[in-house]
Amino acid sequence: MSLTDLSGNLLYVAFFAYLIGAIVFGGAVKGNKERTSEGSFKSESRWGNIAFAITILGFLANLGYFFTRWGATGHAPLSNMFEFTTAFGMTLVAGFIVIYAIYKTPIVGMVVLPVALLIIAFASMFPSEVSPLIPALQSNWLAIHVSTVVLAEGVLAISAAAGLIYLLKVVDLNKKSKQRFWLEAIMYSLILVIGFVVASSYFSLTGYESEFAYVDKEGKNAEITYHMPAIFGMHQYEQLNEDKMTPLMETPAVVNAGKLTTVMWSLIVGTIIYWLIRLIARRRIAAIFKPFVKNVNLQLMDEIGYRAVIIGFPLFSLGALIFAMIWAQIAWSRFWGWDPKEVWALVTWLFYAAYLHLRLGKGWHGEKSAWLGVVGFAIIMFNLVAVNLIIAGLHSYA
Amino acid sequence: MNEKKNKKKQNRLIMRSAILLVLIAAIGYTIYNSATADDVTVLEVGDKAPDFALADLEGNDHKLSDYKGQGVFLNFWGTWCKPCAKEMPAMDRQFDVYKDQGVQVLAVNIAQSDFEVQSFSDQYGLSFPIVIDKTKSVMTAYNIRPLPTTVLINPEGEIERIVTGEMTEEDIKGFMEEIKPE
Amino acid sequence: MEKKQCQCGHLNPPGTVLCEVCGRSLTEKEQKSKLVDMRYEGTARRSQTYNKSIIDKVWNFFSSVKVGVSLIVLLLVAAAIGTILPQKAYIPATTAEEIKAYYADVYGSVGRVYHFLGFHDMYSSFWFILLVGLLAISLIVASLDRFVPLYRSLKNQRVLRHISFMNKQRIFADGPGAEDTMQKAEEKLKELKYKVTTDKNGLLAEKGRFSRWGPYVNHIGLIIFLFGVMLRMMPGFYVDESLWLREGETRAIPEAPGYSLENKGFQMETYTGEDDEAVFNEAIDRVGSVAKNYQTDIVLYQKPEDSLPGAADLEKVKESSIRVNEPLKFDGYAIYQMDFRLDELKAMRFELTNKESEESLGELTIDLINPEKTYDLGNGAAVKLLGYYPDFSGFENGEPQTATPLPNNPGFLVEMTTPETPDGETSFITIKNTVEPFGENQYKLAFQAAETRDVSGLTIRKDRTLPILGLGGLIFMIGVAQGMYFNHRRFWIQQKADGEIILAGHTNKNWFGLKKDLDQVTEYASLPAYVDQQEEIEKAEKLESEEQS
Repeated sequence: MSLTDLSGNLLYVAFFAYLIGAIVFGGAVKGNKERTSEGSFKSESRWGNIAFAITILGFLANLGYFFTRWGATGHAPLSNMFEFTTAFGMTLVAGFIVIYAIYKTPIVGMVVLPVALLIIAFASMFPSEVSPLIPALQSNWLAIHVSTVVLAEGVLAISAAAGLIYLLKVVDLNKKSKQRFWLEAIMYSLILVIGFVVASSYFSLTGYESEFAYVDKEGKNAEITYHMPAIFGMHQYEQLNEDKMTPLMETPAVVNAGKLTTVMWSLIVGTIIYWLIRLIARRRIAAIFKPFVKNVNLQLMDEIGYRAVIIGFPLFSLGALIFAMIWAQIAWSRFWGWDPKEVWALVTWLFYAAYLHLRLGKGWHGEKSAWLGVVGFAIIMFNLVAVNLIIAGLHSYA
Repeated sequence: MNEKKNKKKQNRLIMRSAILLVLIAAIGYTIYNSATADDVTVLEVGDKAPDFALADLEGNDHKLSDYKGQGVFLNFWGTWCKPCAKEMPAMDRQFDVYKDQGVQVLAVNIAQSDFEVQSFSDQYGLSFPIVIDKTKSVMTAYNIRPLPTTVLINPEGEIERIVTGEMTEEDIKGFMEEIKPE
Repeated sequence: MEKKQCQCGHLNPPGTVLCEVCGRSLTEKEQKSKLVDMRYEGTARRSQTYNKSIIDKVWNFFSSVKVGVSLIVLLLVAAAIGTILPQKAYIPATTAEEIKAYYADVYGSVGRVYHFLGFHDMYSSFWFILLVGLLAISLIVASLDRFVPLYRSLKNQRVLRHISFMNKQRIFADGPGAEDTMQKAEEKLKELKYKVTTDKNGLLAEKGRFSRWGPYVNHIGLIIFLFGVMLRMMPGFYVDESLWLREGETRAIPEAPGYSLENKGFQMETYTGEDDEAVFNEAIDRVGSVAKNYQTDIVLYQKPEDSLPGAADLEKVKESSIRVNEPLKFDGYAIYQMDFRLDELKAMRFELTNKESEESLGELTIDLINPEKTYDLGNGAAVKLLGYYPDFSGFENGEPQTATPLPNNPGFLVEMTTPETPDGETSFITIKNTVEPFGENQYKLAFQAAETRDVSGLTIRKDRTLPILGLGGLIFMIGVAQGMYFNHRRFWIQQKADGEIILAGHTNKNWFGLKKDLDQVTEYASLPAYVDQQEEIEKAEKLESEEQS
């Protein structure tokens, strides 16, 4: 087995360990309600510790994936969409491990691990073969800058997880409210990621390919291969294989209809899954989680959420702004160029700066703080997904 | 007591006003700078013309400082530049008139081959010295952007005027008048 | 507003929430609340104390958190809007009209509106800079306003606080104590690295006060950084030039007086997928080819001190290579490998041949950068160059013209002499065709081969503000770490005459850690059990809501 294969297998091991860990954490939270003398729940701490051990095993395998891949390629595996996103899943788990070690909260594991699973699954939809570094990335700063950023984002995401738990507990799902709507929207968007993974996996397993010629926005002729049945056609497209689906609609030249098609399929499949779950459970997705959060200590969740931000914010400043500027000065001759990725790093930073000022200066604790934590994660995900895939810029390596 | 209080209040007002004023001035100046952004150090009228040494087609060195006491008509050009070619004959005619009155014409070609410059000079029968700035160092020192650009240097060695774009014979005559020694 | 007299007799500045000396609540709202508001130690924010003149009002405006956060949010939104469409620096258009047309052509009406609103040049627009400037004012004013009173109050802390201050702290304990309780508590607290001060029957234990200065330190860092950015906008603080340097050329480096650079050769390498690179085969096959290296080998020259620009006596400073991520550095300048163009024409080889017999009289190579006047082929054959037009663009009044000085489309006017044609034959040769202006020739120059050279696109930078920006960044990081990775923990303990112990604890963050410390002290010194009053309040609220439903 080559180092690359070993690396890939270790990632599978990590994935399944996280999956089992998530289930056991769920069981721990829901298990029996007998209180120990210290006031915590017996089964919760027993099963929680078992789940934690499984998570640690998974994390070790995940680290194994990371370093064997590093060994195989000779560079830190942080150079494209697959590698970065996988690392994000890993640091999310790392953040959880630290939090669990301090606070012993299985509920956080029950939320973080499925999200980490989603992120790793999302990552594996991108080309995952090891690839060499282009000249701009050949620098030690790749490891320094990107690993700090990914670690910071992992920690900051913990704040969103704690916030989500907080909201699941406090938001009243029996009354119609903005809070109820947005909470469900969060659950829905998580399920859309499943939709993307399911759709991509299905069409890639069935080997769907369909080729089109089109005219790009500069007026040049180009070709594109769709890996999903074309819902949208590229600007002035011409279908090259006959037996494949004909696009329903043509898009203007600035829109990449190929990517739009992927988004559409994810939406369709995700929405179907969402409604299937709702029909089977006969309640909102958020309501399914209600029983799990019944005994959550809100004060603790608030503190975990805040703690994650105060640990993550300095790391993020260092990695995504300071190290980024140093490297940009070396590689691109200027420390700042208002490239979309840079701007969104700044947006993320400003957002958390606002979070901190609102909390410290205006006393935004509890629910408000929880919402902000979730929004912060949304911004991070936007920067990861949308800025890489939709807004073209210097950072579009995937 | 009251007097002390008033005094304190006054100090506070002065302090606050000063801080705000400085900050607002800084912002204003920054916005002004960003609006008139020109990050290149440009030579201006009245500056001392940087000295240089360039070889002409015969291999003779021409230093700007050699012409101290004379007005120097420093013309930057290239064979591909049509307005440059157009003003050359007029410059040559006026040079004929003013060379005895202490005006020197120096045509600085921008990094072209000897062959091209020689052919051009032969074609137009130019009599003033033509030097070639092989490494563009004089062009860089003078921050020349568009061609043609003519830098008029007075007998004191200061820049009298910078002309970008084509000149008519009238212009040339007038400019030579300007830099002619008294 | 008036000064506030506390029951303990101390005269507090107007706007104070908690008495500076004993900690009694001074406002009605504060007296009613279950927990004390410990932000800024209950001192008056300076701006709140006076509100008289216009200046005071402006000052108060910038001092408010609400304004600060609003500015942050506005900046955040503006920054995000600027990424919807590419900024003008990233589009292939240069003049104002071209840019306008580009947005309209490529992005339709959305692009037109975007351009109309000035969003295509968001980050150098005056109002974006203004927003940053206002935020800077807010940073300075708000920090000054809070730092001064906070500093004063933490410096003049009293050990003994009023009961109403103690029992409204989040961590509170009240119960009987032993004779040695205070002494033991002091011992343990000291062991836990607390700074303990005692006064009569009470003690104050404190740890990590410096973390309270973190926000002000990081704000100073930000202000220094912004100051650097401001300087950078002034003329002369930084150099940003580009230089297209052809292989074999030596050129003066723009904005770096006295320095010249020679291009000894440009290389572009791609990954081959052989040997060590075999692991990358799959990726290389998928993408087609992956660039591995862009490199210009250079020689840096400097003119001697006493020499003049233009003079040929350059001194070699160093010979090295510039690669992406490895700029050339000298004298505060850095030169970067940014771009390249491959295969510009450099020389052309021709053969002088008899058109009919195809007999060759020899070859000549014309250096397109520095052509010669005549090329003697021996045996009485020669080619004389009458005219050379490196970028031939047509005829004007019968004269061949060149559009640029670059050999993109070289044209030659030549005179060929051979023993058979001693008077010479004239021919005008370009890559595409040959014109024989004076009638049919017997001989021709047949094109054989071309030599090319690459052009390296370099960027020259010098940035005097980098040290300032670096210092700002460093101070910012120190400040954030100081404020966020450390916390300020305090305990107040008093023992009354009847032995009763009253304890209160406060931290600016990480209550979990504070409780862990207190657990140790409680155990060692047998302190009464403490309660987290925040949690109690929440539990009570929960019960209340459950009862209602």
